[in-house]
Amino acid sequence: MKYLKFLLVGIFFGIVLVKSEAVSWYRIYEMFKFQSFHMYGIIGSAVVLGALSVWFLKKSKIKSIEGKEIHFTPKNMGIVRYLLGGTIFGLGWALAGACPGPMYILLGTGALSMAIVIAAAVLGTFAYGLLKDKLPH
Amino acid sequence: MDFLLQPWPWYVSGPLIAAIMFLLIYFGKTFGMSSNLRTLCAIGGGAKYADFFKFDWKAQRWNLIVVLGAMIGGFIAVNFLSNGATIDLNPKTVSDLGALGFEHVGESLLPAEIYDWSAVLSLKGLAILIVGGFLVGFGTRYAGGCTSGHAITGLSNLQLPSLIAVIGFFIGGLFMTHVLLPLIFGI
Repeated sequence: MKYLKFLLVGIFFGIVLVKSEAVSWYRIYEMFKFQSFHMYGIIGSAVVLGALSVWFLKKSKIKSIEGKEIHFTPKNMGIVRYLLGGTIFGLGWALAGACPGPMYILLGTGALSMAIVIAAAVLGTFAYGLLKDKLPH
Repeated sequence: MDFLLQPWPWYVSGPLIAAIMFLLIYFGKTFGMSSNLRTLCAIGGGAKYADFFKFDWKAQRWNLIVVLGAMIGGFIAVNFLSNGATIDLNPKTVSDLGALGFEHVGESLLPAEIYDWSAVLSLKGLAILIVGGFLVGFGTRYAGGCTSGHAITGLSNLQLPSLIAVIGFFIGGLFMTHVLLPLIFGI
């Protein structure tokens, strides 16, 4: 039963991303064309409220549901991996129109050809694992 | 009920995504969907090929459950919470895509020109999905996160690396949208 809450959050996530149309290839295209505020509004308002909630969690020292301390792991500093990795990700995002959350959600909506994108994404992650030590980070 | 069936505006959806991140942090976890790709590699025996996949993937099962939920959520949203309205895209977006040969723009979530089986089962169509997916999977792990991990969670925690990653997302996305897509679909 401890997994039930994750299933419910996942269901909620899937519904929100479909209803917001953030899973739509067209909305991603429109965003990169700067032709609508829609996606910027979604991400922007999520980040503003997200930053407020992270600040609140740090300030209030609230314990997690399991009674443990909540700690935020800072990302390791670097430039190359984030810029280069991010650019590669962006190329794929704008082509397939789906990032790693929406891929599964779209499969759930019945877009079965998305399974090919997911399989290719797993393969891409596998390739990164193989090449990791040879890449600049 | 009617407002549930309409598309949800950004000022409803964005805060709800922040709430999802908040809940996952409160549950002692984090909001990051791309980690599941690495978990899938580990389950498939990736540890035999690279140390990167040698980790206790069972500790990541909760995130796979989120994925399962997300798929169910997608199913529920299109089958029970949608009125089939056309996506309210900028008319300029629709005409730009029309010039690239896209028809029925916004009538479904995904363009038939890319995701219908008739497109997928051509060499070009299959290549688009495989290359697109591969770049997402490779890039997200190289960058250490995707839209959820960097753009939402990382920026919310004021992480400079996440801002650099998001700038990268846009460099790649803008180049694909403005330079490569016209080449791919214009010919």
